Amino acid sequence: MTYIAKPRLHHPTLPENRVGFTRRDYEGKISTLCAGCGHDSISAAIIEACWEMDIEPHRVAKLSGIGCSSKTPDYFLGNSHGFNTVHGRMPSVLTGANLANRTLLYLGVSGDGDSASIGLGQFAHVMRRGVNMVYILENNGVYGLTKGQFSATADQGSKSKRGAVNTDAPIDTVSLALIMGATFVARGFSGDKRQLVPLLRAAIAHKGAAFVDVISPCVAFNNHPGSTRSYDYVREHNEAVNRIDFIETRPEVTADYEEGHVVEIPHHDGTLLRLRKLHGEYDPTDRIGAMNYVQHHQARGEIVTGLLYADPHAEDLHEHLYTVDAPFNGLTEEDLCPGAAALEAINASLR
Amino acid sequence: MKPITAVNDFVVKFANVNGSGSASANELFAKSILRMGVPVSPRNIFPSNIQGLPTWYEVRVSERGWLARRGGVDLMVAMNPQTWDADLREIEPGGYLFYDNTRPLPPSKFRDDIHVIGMPLTEICNATYSDPRQRQLFKNIVYLGALSVLLGVDQEAIAQLIAEQYKGKEKLLQPNLNALRLGREYAQEKLAPIGLQVQPADNVGDRIFVDGNSAAALGCIYGGATVCAWYPITPSSSVAEAFQKYVGKFRTDADTGRVRGAVVQAEDELASIGMVVGAGWNGARAFTATSGPGISLMSEFIGLAYFAEIPVTIIDVQRGGPSTGMPTRTQQSDVLACAYASHGDTKHVLLFPEDPHECFEHAAGALDLADRLQTPVFVMTDLDIGMNQRLCTPFEWDDSRTYDRGKVMTREALDAGCDFGRYKDVDGDGIPYRTYPGTHPDRGGYFTRGTTKNAYAVYSEAGPDYIDNVQRLLRKFETAKALVPQPVMAAAKHRTPTGAIFYGSTSPAMAEAVAALEKEGIAVDTMRVRAFPFPDSVTDFIDAHEQVFVIEQNRDAQLRTLLLTELNADPAKLMPLLHYDGTPITARFITRAIAEQVHLRAVAPFEKDKVA
Repeated sequence: MTYIAKPRLHHPTLPENRVGFTRRDYEGKISTLCAGCGHDSISAAIIEACWEMDIEPHRVAKLSGIGCSSKTPDYFLGNSHGFNTVHGRMPSVLTGANLANRTLLYLGVSGDGDSASIGLGQFAHVMRRGVNMVYILENNGVYGLTKGQFSATADQGSKSKRGAVNTDAPIDTVSLALIMGATFVARGFSGDKRQLVPLLRAAIAHKGAAFVDVISPCVAFNNHPGSTRSYDYVREHNEAVNRIDFIETRPEVTADYEEGHVVEIPHHDGTLLRLRKLHGEYDPTDRIGAMNYVQHHQARGEIVTGLLYADPHAEDLHEHLYTVDAPFNGLTEEDLCPGAAALEAINASLR
Repeated sequence: MKPITAVNDFVVKFANVNGSGSASANELFAKSILRMGVPVSPRNIFPSNIQGLPTWYEVRVSERGWLARRGGVDLMVAMNPQTWDADLREIEPGGYLFYDNTRPLPPSKFRDDIHVIGMPLTEICNATYSDPRQRQLFKNIVYLGALSVLLGVDQEAIAQLIAEQYKGKEKLLQPNLNALRLGREYAQEKLAPIGLQVQPADNVGDRIFVDGNSAAALGCIYGGATVCAWYPITPSSSVAEAFQKYVGKFRTDADTGRVRGAVVQAEDELASIGMVVGAGWNGARAFTATSGPGISLMSEFIGLAYFAEIPVTIIDVQRGGPSTGMPTRTQQSDVLACAYASHGDTKHVLLFPEDPHECFEHAAGALDLADRLQTPVFVMTDLDIGMNQRLCTPFEWDDSRTYDRGKVMTREALDAGCDFGRYKDVDGDGIPYRTYPGTHPDRGGYFTRGTTKNAYAVYSEAGPDYIDNVQRLLRKFETAKALVPQPVMAAAKHRTPTGAIFYGSTSPAMAEAVAALEKEGIAVDTMRVRAFPFPDSVTDFIDAHEQVFVIEQNRDAQLRTLLLTELNADPAKLMPLLHYDGTPITARFITRAIAEQVHLRAVAPFEKDKVA
């Protein structure tokens, strides 16, 4: 980490997006993570995705659990409200926040220690409820803040920095999210920004439970030979199934793309997702197929990345509960209180 | 043995089998007496079971309006062979036993100091109904009919109640009325009225008959709660279920069918409180309902909410602990667990409703207090008032009442240049200003975390910042004293050195005990504490008496501990009176305990002189 703050002053030609913000307006405090930490690359990708999508920073709520990953919301979108909650329980807090005001964008940031151990239950349940959010799991297979213990996503047989071998079976959060009913599931790599930024953009555009697992090497404790979460290992075993070329929420914009292995997924809310296929047979709208594919390649030691699954007909928790469009936190006595006359009728029925 | 004779003052207990359909018949019995203008207070005594185990329904009939459990039984309706022996033992000498004599029982199964009324209920039902389920269900209505004759209960009142119950389900109405008639006709022909009689009176007035859990749910509706996250746990589940029902009834948009409220059954209490914290952080009024084991699980979040200053309302319907303990028995045993819930230096606002009326009022009030104080607020009800219907003053709501949303800095205030420090004490009351997420493009945003922060919510591990913050939290707790419901005092007719402090569901037993003690010549001033932190009037009350009994339904004198710790009260002065077997406290218990102590103290002055 550095302690020297970037000057607030920036070059006058720094481009503004459609809502009048420069990239600098999406930055946060200076990161306190280790130099080279994959998590900082993810923060940078979040900044880029939000800027590109013209999201007003203050209309984002960032929530996290506990751990290195969960510190990062302080390092991006400095004008957004953020909430560093308790270990493994960001999903429930995010769910409540989302219920209170459905009009904000909810970013849930977590790590593998946070989500796959204490938080496994909440991870599973937030997916099956379909909370409208982007759940970013910064997955490095190791506990960083407590200095190098294995996490539950560490591969069986992988070696810790101290030389210990992990004997427990790993939890694959991508497969779990698919099983639990997440309606958007992707995996990226913090070392591949070209892939990650479009994945995040697509996740943000998705109306429902969007899960992005990001392999994010820990330079301090899990970047050595024998680790299956090191930069080198992931680069060698990365099996990308597709590239997202384009996510568009405004139908009037068109772009020219060369013909080829391109598939378009129009969502029912008007979002259009255009993917460039890298594997001809892969169909990202087939949930069962996605589970098979991920598991099949995992058994061969390959890490499948890209957009793995998107349900074009996704619905979220508010739709399930059939709540009003207006944010709950703005409702008044008039909307909420049945009044004295109704109470008198209740009294009468209780005599 | 001379049979007990009493008019409008006796106890009837129904011994049934869980799942046999007795609950609604028994409720009809209690309500029909209420309709005659005679106060009743029924209590469910039930096992942690759905079907098959014993369950009881005890109805105290009291024209004078004593609503506590009395103790003792004057008429036992023994419908459960499994508990026969124990049920028989409970009957007061001279009391009555009503039972199904279809199958003869040996004389050894009876007592000779009670009056036995047999009726062939099974035989009658088997002769009338062919469906086994109907035979079982209507047996309850048949005995209700018979009892109405024995006790002189107005049959019109019962018929009217049955009609109300089956409104819209007319197919069920006539068979029920027939069963009632069947019971009445048998009793009129074969049985004689007994010494216990109900006569019309006018002592019910405009009071309502409702359970505390429904009342608390309704309070949350009136108080503007929009998010309820919960996990099923006896005896609190019916709070969330009632809230769900009321959301459907009162919060559905007539045009779209969409609702202004969300009820989420979470995966556990860890998640339910997390959702409430998230919703409170984001400016919605949110609550959860739980019981002791749930409080334990929620503790980490409760601490975070305390330090991060997030409004949270928790309705704790107390029961006997622990998780595998006495889920269907009542206690006031979560007082300390809630007052100091979580790790670190924490203390929380507690409200103690005495009955369903106050469950409504305190639930609505808690939502205001939580927003005003930006902190967790507990409504400490219990199984006795939560799951039993209780006669209480009607619910009240003033249409001019507005929600106190507390100190929320708006976009306009931020634009006007107001200095926003999330944890800054601007007004000297310890309560800072907050902003809702999404308020302003470049002002008012902040990062929420536990304690590592300064007044501007910037990360800080500096000791002075920590101390400033937690000292401010103490000032805020001080502010709470004036905002919470104040204690209710009742002075004895004569000046007395004896005081009594009590709270929550102990109320009716205390009122009756005070009257009984007065008859014995013992005067007691009482103070019903309605909230923690304790207002200064509690100290004044203790100071004004030589001896103060603290009456509680737990083993460890938990409120007394709070009084000692928080008010620095003299331990010798505060005498604990504790009832904690899981049954509701009785007036007899309080009366006996206080009388004993007062008589003992009558010789105390001599000893005092010696010491001096």
